[in-house]
Amino acid sequence: MTIETATEKKLSDMPDENGHFGQYGGMFVAETLMEPLEELKRAYLMYMQDADFLAELDKDLSDYVGRPSPLYLAERMSRELGGAKIYLKREDLNHTGAHKVNNTIGQMLLAKRMGKTRIIAETGAGQHGVATATVAARLDLECVVYMGAEDIQRQALNVYRMKLLGAKVVSVESGSRTLKDALNEAMRDWVTNIDNTFYIIGTAAGPHPYPAMVRDFQSVIGREAKQQILKHEGRLPDALVACIGGGSNAIGLFYPFVDDQDVSMYGVEAAGHGLETGEHAAPLCAGKPGVLHGNRTYLMEDQHGQIIPTHSVSAGLDYPGVGPEHSWLKDIGRANYVSVTDTEALQGFHDLTKIEGIIPALESSHAIAYVKKLAPTMDKDQIIVVNLSGRGDKDIHTVATIDGIEF
Amino acid sequence: MSRIKNCFEQLKQQNKTALIPYVSAGDPNPDITVELMHAMVASGADIIELGVPFSDPMADGPVIQKASERALIYGTSLTDVMGMVSTFRESNSDTPVVLMGYLNPIEVMGYEKFAQQAQDAGVDGVLTVDIPPEEAGTYIPALRHCNLDPIFLLSPTTTKERMKIICQHASGFIYYVAVKGVTGTLALDTEEVSRRLDVIKEVTDLPVGVGFGIKNADSAAAIGQVSEAVVVGSALVNLVEKNALDNDKIIKEISRELQSMRRALDS
Ligand SMILES: Cc1ncc(COP(=O)(O)O)c(C=O)c1O
Repeated sequence: MTIETATEKKLSDMPDENGHFGQYGGMFVAETLMEPLEELKRAYLMYMQDADFLAELDKDLSDYVGRPSPLYLAERMSRELGGAKIYLKREDLNHTGAHKVNNTIGQMLLAKRMGKTRIIAETGAGQHGVATATVAARLDLECVVYMGAEDIQRQALNVYRMKLLGAKVVSVESGSRTLKDALNEAMRDWVTNIDNTFYIIGTAAGPHPYPAMVRDFQSVIGREAKQQILKHEGRLPDALVACIGGGSNAIGLFYPFVDDQDVSMYGVEAAGHGLETGEHAAPLCAGKPGVLHGNRTYLMEDQHGQIIPTHSVSAGLDYPGVGPEHSWLKDIGRANYVSVTDTEALQGFHDLTKIEGIIPALESSHAIAYVKKLAPTMDKDQIIVVNLSGRGDKDIHTVATIDGIEF
Repeated sequence: MSRIKNCFEQLKQQNKTALIPYVSAGDPNPDITVELMHAMVASGADIIELGVPFSDPMADGPVIQKASERALIYGTSLTDVMGMVSTFRESNSDTPVVLMGYLNPIEVMGYEKFAQQAQDAGVDGVLTVDIPPEEAGTYIPALRHCNLDPIFLLSPTTTKERMKIICQHASGFIYYVAVKGVTGTLALDTEEVSRRLDVIKEVTDLPVGVGFGIKNADSAAAIGQVSEAVVVGSALVNLVEKNALDNDKIIKEISRELQSMRRALDS
């Protein structure tokens, strides 16, 4: 018998070399993008093994972003919910206020090594746009950010931040005028300006190698959280919770734990006005597999395969697709995907603010809202790690408006 | 023999370049499409490329994006488009029809079911923009099983190695995207296109059609010198947009434009 020598395939070995997570992922793009994606894939594979590159990345993450981000025990919240101990992974404390910058730093370093002089990005809430504009300013690169006209309205503060940082913000008027359309438009720009342009996708979606690459850059969240919880508690957590837009903060937290089968994982989608109303952004909970934005994944679509409009109070979750790795983790049963409504998320926003003195982003408030349901079902000696993916400054205006307050 | 292959062989004998107009099915309303197809044939079209509307046409410029949006107001679905082809076939059994669109509507229908329905409707070829051969899996066999030609794109960024792989999977014709960019881009460099076509000819005997960036009779004639077919899309769809409230005018204007391209190609 040679069983000992047979290496068992681990969940963390995904994707395959063409970017497939089971039936999901891949490179479903027009021919013009195939070679640029191959070029990007080669650069990414090479530099992720390159000591100089990794050292520069580490230095930027520590000195510029402020990593490691703390793992904070939310004592009062844990007590009030009366169940599991709740730890918050404080991505809200990163420079620019969210986890997004972990990825933009990484991709920008790649862009620089690949000799690209122009950076483009799509953005929903504006956090990824701000994070991209920030690192572009630092490297003195031209930066163009595509943003749905609808989101420009909702996230005026971030639009102005991007402009202050020297980026050009292009309002996308096509389709539903939100994040998915911004992504389409950025892809069109990329295909037109391939020679000098690097496209920094802001979530773990898009064609290969983006889902794997964004995951790898965001995995610093989970790697740190693992070390920190071992230091605080001497053991791994029982559950991980993160909100899901395209899935980058969630996969960043989950991935380093994916082979630790005793750690359960909960990805929280936006149920908007409620799954039953159809007005939501929860493809994993209520969608079907299909192909959009270069990969096969769960989507919100009608019976003819047209992508349907989404709704969430949080612009960063308002996306009809999801990163392909989540689709795969769902199908194999490794992670659980749940949803909370706008109302529940807003309550989570207020609760964390009042109970812990931390104002969370509306995206992250979805994770908090689910923790409120999950923690009480668990024992006091159990542990939850929640990804607090961003801070709520950008959302104050939205929340105030909902609460009927005018400035 | 497939209608597409037959068409190219006949044109070759006559020493003619194929004129392939593209319009989006259901644009600006579903009533016009079949009539417009017949009118295009009467004005010199050799093959018709019929766009299947999609909510997220990532490879298209603003002109064809808006065509998709107009068609989707009426809910024009893949099934509806095949119905239009079927009606067209009631009085035209010669002109090849190629469906051009994105994968998701086909994915949702299922490759086998789609191929069967397309064949029954009288479709000849299928060009799905966002499925490179590497991802094609059962898509190509499903099309072949129903005698549909899988048509693939080559682009200015395609390496010779990839050209070989792609051409092995393709039949009917090869569609060369003449510019780095989306549909409707203007700058088109005939000499550069001609150099690339020489490379393509080294790897395949299939006829090559050139599209993306042919905007008038002059550019059609220039490209027609070096390729077996020219594909005209945004220039025609622009005429739809300009006359969106008047179906008769759309048909008249598109016919006129095609006739002038036909003359330029034949002279
Ligand atoms: C703070 C914050 N959290 C979460 C998200 C959702 O993105 P993802 O699912 O990729 O983490 C966003 C997106 O804008 C965000 O700004």
